[in-house]
Amino acid sequence: MSLSRRTFLKTGVAAACAACASQVPKPASAEPRKVQELATLIDIRKCIGCEACVEACRDANADKYPDPRKPYPKMYPSRVKVEDWSDPEGRETRDRLTPYNWLFIQEVTVTHNGEEITMTIPRRCMHCQNPPCADLCPWGSARKLKNGITVIDADLCLGGAKCKSVCPWDVPQRQTGVGMYLDLLPAFAGNGVMYKCDRCYNRIAEGELPACIEECPEQVQTIGPRDEILREAHRLAESEDLYIYGEHENGGTNTIYLSPVPFELINQAIQQGEGKPHMNAVADQMAHADNLAKAMVIAPIAGVAAAVGRVYKAIKTSEEKQEVTR
Amino acid sequence: MSRPILPNKTIAEQVWIKPVYILIFLLMGLTGFAQMPIFKRYYIADIPGLGWLDQYYVTHTIHYLGAIALLALIAYGLVTYWALLRKQYRLTVLAWIRVALLAGIVGTGIFRVLKNLPDVVFSPGFTMFIDIAHLGFMMAYLVMAGVALVAKKRWLTAKV
Repeated sequence: MSLSRRTFLKTGVAAACAACASQVPKPASAEPRKVQELATLIDIRKCIGCEACVEACRDANADKYPDPRKPYPKMYPSRVKVEDWSDPEGRETRDRLTPYNWLFIQEVTVTHNGEEITMTIPRRCMHCQNPPCADLCPWGSARKLKNGITVIDADLCLGGAKCKSVCPWDVPQRQTGVGMYLDLLPAFAGNGVMYKCDRCYNRIAEGELPACIEECPEQVQTIGPRDEILREAHRLAESEDLYIYGEHENGGTNTIYLSPVPFELINQAIQQGEGKPHMNAVADQMAHADNLAKAMVIAPIAGVAAAVGRVYKAIKTSEEKQEVTR
Repeated sequence: MSRPILPNKTIAEQVWIKPVYILIFLLMGLTGFAQMPIFKRYYIADIPGLGWLDQYYVTHTIHYLGAIALLALIAYGLVTYWALLRKQYRLTVLAWIRVALLAGIVGTGIFRVLKNLPDVVFSPGFTMFIDIAHLGFMMAYLVMAGVALVAKKRWLTAKV
């Protein structure tokens, strides 16, 4: 496979340079150089469920975890509930996504071709190519970086949880009592900060691997340019009769799973619920925006055409009246 | 002096543009504010018939459809005014202010649409700027529209 450490570092450095350049307040898309998005390949067959990745994630990102200010401000109206994971039990939760646990292991047992197979699957943010969380965040606190990572800026997030509502996998998780809303109108707007995997963007910017990848004893995950990751995924899928998840989900993600059993079976058997994402097929949630954006280009042209017709008719009528008057 | 193409009482646009424009703008305002998670929190989406206001993808689609209609209407209005009306009528001061604010809303809206396209990534600062500016222009527009309503100031006034 061509995903050498050198290739990864080269892409990482380019992405880091792009990230620095993107601090300049101008449309980064205006810049001619295109940075290849990074994707991860998760080979489910290799995962032994040891949770080394979970612990590595928690260690590497501990300083990003919420440190809520208590007591929490009273919020109105009463339907707005506190979401608190900051007690010892909440902080130690490892069997689902929480503001203190951005990666967890989902265990599933399925029967395929008459054989019962138990698998463990690392689950976290999929890092969509066109992420609805970043597109629809009303404050720009959720955003996609040029290297394909989607991050939530904890300093800007108000905790409205819209990102979670529009995420096909309900990934972002909220912690009350932290963030900018406390300095605005804590009783009436906002409810904390949303947290999720940021794929160790800060480590990648320094040319390091994400912690979960570096610490995995089984090399379950591989990271590299998306086209190379996909090429490798398809090569393995074809040669070893595997199934792929994440290539087309939600229009394409930067997390590609490889499994020896169809994902429909996994999805049926997997434990789902709050903080436990499904593995169902997902249509492109932002397709409507892409299609309607094209119509927006045509709309002014249609308006001008209608107006020209109107003007032509008015001028013609005026000329006819002038001739009659003569 | 050249004869006006449109005599004063035959501006067909006066009949339909205003209600259509107000309808589009109200819809845009409603679905725009619905992009913030406030309608469910404050029970507005609980009002029978308004449940769709807390469906982000629904309100987003309607907002885009409204933008398409608004862009077509603005293009129509600009050409019609320039070709037929500008010799007889001029924009009032309040109209100029609203035109400027509308330009701000449309301009930031265009960048917001661009941002939502795949493979388009803006810098964090610019993303936040267009988000807040879009909302700010809209709030300012609503204020000026209120002022125009109270002061009974129209968009156009006949040239003396």
